[in-house]
Amino acid sequence: MLTRLSTYFYQRPRLVLFLFLAPPLLYLLVVYLGSLFLLLINSFYSIDDFTGLIIREFTLKTYAQIFEPANREIFARTASMAFVVTIASAIISFPLAYYIAKYASPRLKTWLLIGVTIPLWSSYLVRVYSWKLILAQEGILSWFIRLFGLEGVLQWLLSFEGIGGSSLALSPIGMFIVFVYIWLPYMIIPVQTALERVPNSLIEASGDLGAKPLQTFRTVILPMAFPGVIAGSIFTFSLTLGDFIIPLAIGNSKFFIGQAVYSYQGTAGNIPLAAAMTMGPVVIMIIYLLIARRLGAFDAL
Amino acid sequence: MHSKKAPLGLTIAAIGTLLFLHVPMLIIFLYTFTPDETTYTFPLPGFTTKWFGVALQRADLWRSLILSLQVATVATIAALILGTLAAAAVYRSNFFGRESISFLLVLPIALPGIVSGIALRTAIGGFDIPFSFWTIVIGHATFCVVVVYNNVLARFRRTSASMIEASMDLGANSFQTFRHVVLPNIATALLAGGMLAFALSFDEVIVTTFTAGQQTTLPIWIFSQLNRPRDRPVTNVVATFVILITFIPIFLAQRISASSSDTEGENK
Repeated sequence: MLTRLSTYFYQRPRLVLFLFLAPPLLYLLVVYLGSLFLLLINSFYSIDDFTGLIIREFTLKTYAQIFEPANREIFARTASMAFVVTIASAIISFPLAYYIAKYASPRLKTWLLIGVTIPLWSSYLVRVYSWKLILAQEGILSWFIRLFGLEGVLQWLLSFEGIGGSSLALSPIGMFIVFVYIWLPYMIIPVQTALERVPNSLIEASGDLGAKPLQTFRTVILPMAFPGVIAGSIFTFSLTLGDFIIPLAIGNSKFFIGQAVYSYQGTAGNIPLAAAMTMGPVVIMIIYLLIARRLGAFDAL
Repeated sequence: MHSKKAPLGLTIAAIGTLLFLHVPMLIIFLYTFTPDETTYTFPLPGFTTKWFGVALQRADLWRSLILSLQVATVATIAALILGTLAAAAVYRSNFFGRESISFLLVLPIALPGIVSGIALRTAIGGFDIPFSFWTIVIGHATFCVVVVYNNVLARFRRTSASMIEASMDLGANSFQTFRHVVLPNIATALLAGGMLAFALSFDEVIVTTFTAGQQTTLPIWIFSQLNRPRDRPVTNVVATFVILITFIPIFLAQRISASSSDTEGENK
């Protein structure tokens, strides 16, 4: 019986392919793409100001709301944070990525890579939470700052309009630190992969031809590692753009895109506006991906 | 590999980055021993282990934990089945749109979680589907599938097709071949992918906030404490527990993947 069934399938590879593909494809097409499509449609609906019910008629009214000053500000704030976080992650990722790619023994390399990937996969929420403890006014970071007598520096940093606040835990600076901490592994891995592909002979040749280490770095290593940086930046940028947990947990009451979406759909029940807001990051990410592809980032993934 | 020694500055910077990535989680562990209920005072004003006991007594925590474990288990099983099927299809044949499949599978983890979350929320609201255990599972499975898919596909590509042919030549039917040749070959990849998927699901919060309704998974419980801390010391215990329960499967999964690519490297 089984053998006959087996022969039956063997003679019909197309049928087998169909049977294999149907469940996962149906699932993702119907559930996932279907939902995304519904989201898109909803962004063209609007909400009745009096009853709070969704009016299922095509309108661009909801999109117009996005360009109101308050929402424009949210977009600008979120995009600048994503930008700064991406730049900082790129810079901070280099030493460790370079060490793993060029100096670590194979054994050490395995361990270091595990050390980078574990925070990438695990406990996103708990890792955010840990900074609640660290940044607290009475917490460990303040203690160290006092220990080194740096209160003045901290006060000076926090006094800046726009990035400062009453304490680290309630300021954009604090959020920036947490964002970098959370997304850094997403930058280290592609940069390390890209650096791995820089031939050592090239670095040595550059040195032999009289380039100083810094020159070699700027003219040989950096251009070759750049696709890796772009690949990593896709993650750091996109993830910062859509995050609402960090702005909720750390930071002041000024909204980020994710937070706005979260509150529009939640307390306000305004799904059309939430949907239209979400299209912001989606469009920004599509443009970003197109640019990244031109810069060769996909080869580095 | 050149055996030059790394410059001191580079080594220090690399160690510093690693510490930056890992020390914060240790700090939570430290705080599970604080007797201080209302602030995060450092240095700890004392030492106590009572919060572990307090956390164990909390019925709401147990309910959340059980819900999270159930969701992660079912989402992982769904991901194992769907991910393996997709990997097998992509591996064994060349068909129209093969590249788009990988793209489609990656989409749930490439797009910001909030996009997936609000999209599912819209679908749930649009069709008047009541929030339930299954709405959470369906949301989680979307991003768990790709993890299994990646692991299994990578393993398929390293498995030589001649073994499967040999099995068939020796008279085994497809099912026997699957049972005795294919399955043992991909077993560790399934294990690694499954453990990663489990860990991803277990501490997922962004998509879950949109698909859970009034239900409280363990991450949602922690999330509620982030905004309005009521049970600080208990939260520390729960956070430590979540770290452990996700750390172990991810660590093992990484070890499995690393060791299978090590043996691969020897043949080069």
